[in-house]
This record gives sequence, C-alpha cells and structure tokens, in this order.
Amino acid sequence: MSEQNRTESEPGTAGPIIAIENLGKKFVVGKTEVYALRNISLTIEKGEIFGIIGRSGAGKSTLVRCINMLEPPTEGRVLFEGRDMGALSKAELNIVRRSMGMIFQQFNLLMQRTALDNVCFPLELSGMSRETARKRAMEMLDLVGLSARAKAYPSQLSGGQKQRVAIARALAPSPKALLCDEATSALDPETTDSILALIRQINREMGITAVVITHEMDVIEKICHKVAIISKGVIAETGRVNQVFFHPKSDIARRLVVPEALHPDKMVVDHLYRLIFDGQSSYEPVLANLILACGQPVNVMYASTRDIGGTAFGQMVLQFPDDPAARQKILDYAAENLIYIEEFSRV
Amino acid sequence: MFNEALVELLWEGTVDTIYMTLVSTFFSYVFGMVMAMVLVITRSDGIRPQPVVFRVLDVLVNLTRSFPFLILMIAVIPFTRWVVGTTIGNNATVVPLVIAAAPFVARLIEQSLLEVDKGVIEAAQSMGASTWQILWKVYLPEARPSLINGSAIAATTILGYSAMSGAVGGGGLGKLAIMYGYNRYQTDIMFATVVLLIVIVQVLQSFGDWATRKSDKRNG
Ligand SMILES: Nc1ncnc2c1ncn2[C@@H]1O[C@H](COP(=O)(O)OP(=O)(O)OP(=O)(O)O)[C@@H](O)[C@H]1O
Ligand SMILES: [Mg+2]
Repeated sequence: MSEQNRTESEPGTAGPIIAIENLGKKFVVGKTEVYALRNISLTIEKGEIFGIIGRSGAGKSTLVRCINMLEPPTEGRVLFEGRDMGALSKAELNIVRRSMGMIFQQFNLLMQRTALDNVCFPLELSGMSRETARKRAMEMLDLVGLSARAKAYPSQLSGGQKQRVAIARALAPSPKALLCDEATSALDPETTDSILALIRQINREMGITAVVITHEMDVIEKICHKVAIISKGVIAETGRVNQVFFHPKSDIARRLVVPEALHPDKMVVDHLYRLIFDGQSSYEPVLANLILACGQPVNVMYASTRDIGGTAFGQMVLQFPDDPAARQKILDYAAENLIYIEEFSRV
Repeated sequence: MFNEALVELLWEGTVDTIYMTLVSTFFSYVFGMVMAMVLVITRSDGIRPQPVVFRVLDVLVNLTRSFPFLILMIAVIPFTRWVVGTTIGNNATVVPLVIAAAPFVARLIEQSLLEVDKGVIEAAQSMGASTWQILWKVYLPEARPSLINGSAIAATTILGYSAMSGAVGGGGLGKLAIMYGYNRYQTDIMFATVVLLIVIVQVLQSFGDWATRKSDKRNG
C-alpha cells in the first residue's frame, strides 16, 4: 500500500521558517554536566505543523525553549526566518519573540487578569493603545470561541477554556509561528481533540507554522505533517508523519506506533507482524480474506483505527504460525493485495 | 481617674502612633520594594541573574535584620539627627523605624514576589516582555493579594517597634506607657495604652485581610 497523500494542499513549500543547526544544551548542576540536547538539526518549513515527540526527560521542553531562547543553547544555533536568534540583542530578541507565540501545558495565564486582559497583555507590551488592544483581543477571543467569557478570571474557566485563552493570547500579536509545549497534556481526550482541531484550524486559515511538543503519538498522528522523534537528547528519527508511521526505522519509532502493552519487554511472543490497511474497509474482510486465502491461523494481538492527518487507517498486530513456509504464504498474499505488513517482533 | 486631660493624652498618643506607623510603613515599603525587586530578579534563577549583586544585598538585609531594634535605634542617632534635625519626637522615630523595618519588609515582599508562578513569568518572557515590564505587569499585579497581606503584617510589626521606641525618646503610645506605666506606676494608663495598641493592630489586620481577599481573583 502506498503512502496516503494528504487531502489538503501541501504546506511547507515556502521555505524554512525555523532552522535548528547542530544545537546542543548542557546544564551544569553542581559539579556535574548534563547534556539535555546533543547535535540537534531540524528544519521547520513555513506553514507546516511540526511535531516533536519523546518520553519524559527526552529534552522536548528544552528544545522548544531553545527555539525562542528562553533557554540559550550552549552549542549550535537557531535561525528564525534566517536570523540567528543567539546573535540578537536583548531588545531585538524581545521583538522577534513577538512573532513566535508560545502555549504551555499549565496554560500560564495571569491569574489576576480577566480573559480579555490576558489577551491584551502581549499587545500592551508592544505599546498598543488600550482601545485597539481590547478590540483585537475581543476578535481573538471570538476566534477561539470564548468571547462570552471575556470578563471571566482564569480561576472561573475550565482547563480547555484556559488553553483557548492562552491560544488567543499567543495569536494576538499576529505571530508567524506557534510553539506548543504539551499544550493538551493537562486536558481530557475530548478537550484535547477540540484544542488540536483549533491548532489545525489556525494553521490552515492563518498559515501559522506550529511546533507541537508531545509525548503522545495520537497528537502527532492527528495534526502534524512532520515529526521528529527525540530520545535521550538526540533526534532518533525524523520525517513525514505517515512515512514514520508506515516505515518506522528506529526502535523508538516502532515503539511509538503501537501501544505499550505490545512492546517486546512486555510480551514474549514470536512472529509478530504489523499490518496496515485503509481504514475505510473494515477489519473483518481484510483478516477473513487473508485467513481464507492462505489457510493459515493467525492470532490477533491488537487492532485499532488510527486517524493520521484526518485519514483513517486500520492497524493490526498479528501472531503468525511457527512454520516459515506458512508465514511466507501470508506475506506473499499481503504483498499481492497491497496490504502493508512488517515484522514486529524485533522491536 | 480618666479625666479629660488623660483622655486627651491617650488620644494624642494614638494619633502619634498611627502617624509614625503609617509614615514608617510607607517609607519601609518603598525601600523594601526596591530591595525585594533587586533580590528577585538578580537571584540565580531570576530574570536577570547577577550573583554578586544578589549576595551583597542578601547579606546586607540579613545583617540589618539581626540588629535588635533598640540598639539599632541608638546606633543611628547621629544619622537621625542629620536627617530630621532632632532625635526625639515622632519624625525622629520614623528614621530608625524605617531602617529597621525596610529589610524586614524587603523579605516579606521578596516572599510574595517569589510566590508568583514561574510559568507565568516564562510566558511573559516568551511574549517579549522586558525586565521592567515583567516587574510592573506580572510580578506586582500577580503578587498583589500577597503584597497587601504582607503590608498589613509590616504595619503591625512597625507599630510594635514604634511602641518600643518610647523607651528611647520616641513618641506615641509607647512613650505614654513608659512615662506613666513604667516610671510612675500608673498601671491604668499602661493598661489603656495596651488596649489601644491591641485595637489598632486588630483594625489593621482585619482591614489587611479584607483587602487581600477582595483583591484576589484566584478563588472565583
Ligand atoms: N534547568 C535545568 N537544569 C538542569 N537540568 C535540566 C534543566 N532543565 C532540564 N534539565 C534536564 O534536561 C533533560 C530534559 O528535560 P526536558 O524538560 O527538556 O524534558 P521533556 O522531554 O520536556 O520531559 P517532560 O515530558 O517530562 O516534560 C532532563 O534530564 C532534565 O532533568
Ligand atoms: Mg517538558
């Protein structure tokens, strides 16, 4: 089966907006040096949603904070629209930061300001007049669907609403990029989906480039065009999301595309294979036809439907028979019928 | 025994005490605020780390705080004379009060400012806020309830100091208590001044609590 093309127009054809070159970050804690990031090089194209995924402590937050110099890198550099962020003066940096909005897991709203005044905040910083700022802030609240709660304080809002206010605040100064550090990790699944949909809408309608940090493959699959997998401070793999999903090259990527319970340290079963097929066709015919055609029993270990960039895919993990000839028969059948299949037990 | 002259005396003492307390609190707050801001932004995880500045100010604040107030008051007499031209009376009391209270107030304010969520500071930095903007638009407003609470604590502590200053030439209720209660054994006057001091503290504290609650938007 070939890689699915995206239905929307291809973003990222306008050239890079963020270029990370051989970036490293060393923390000195007492007398010991900790490398949080090593030799990171990434290019983020204008208009794309770029996901960065990794486990806790992998260095995701450090990386995103290096992009806007909240954390100055100790090696390498970050170019934003071709300008070296590390070479800017404090005042210049503050101006460039206005073109990169940032949202956080904990929302980080000003607790003593109303929703509206929170959105006004970045506009006040740049010296916009009070009336103009309020007007712009109202538009932004409208965009995120919260104009009715303009006068509410953050303590009176739900988590999802707080994140919407934070997004409105990040968008108010008309940024070119939006940096999202685990923006949905504090939210329930439904709210997560609505926030992700909002980020995608902003990306499509306003052409804002988004860098999305997460530890959940779901988030990457739902909205990202490209993904970088980061592990222990280095990039393990990077590419288009469907490419990484179909042909994960690194161990860590292979682990990310299936649930934890199937990881080899949790499961001691031989001859596991991963099957991917068009999610529009239901599971039964695919599996039933395979079994009927090959006359071989298979054991279903896992089956799910994945939503990758808005297209549904079926994914199954199957245990094949011990007999090599029998296995080959199944593989041949899959190849004939354009079912994408790969051995999985070696993860 | 509570004749008109005495009532008059107590009234004047009360007014003097309140005057000294408020004026001293105001100036301690101004100096304390400057010190607290410098401490908060220059600490190692602050927005403008300056280890040397931080250490020096930190030690200075601790040193001043460890001076017993009565000794400090005597020690700064020459300075007091230079500032207000005299060493007795209300205004002369304000000088040592401010010197003694400012470092204490600086610590109170520092604590309040440090309670502000680091994430919010970071968000402001990510939006391109300058150091001043972070101080004025984030630290101070976000810490407001805690700052108000702290200023009530500061005022009551300074009230206590001002009463103590009665022993070495200060005015107000402290002077009355010492003059009549201690030197002339008029326990009724001493008792009256104590009651008045308690009432002032209660009023200050209740007002502080009320204003703190009123200004805090975190509880809906
Ligand atoms: N200020 C710091 N001082 C010292 N070490 C740090 C500092 N910040 C991060 N680190 C270390 O760098 C590594 C990466 O941290 P980082 O916060 O970037 O991870 P993360 O991928 O965002 O994790 P999580 O998913 O838990 O947020 C960790 O080992 C962490 O302990
Ligand atoms: Mg993180």
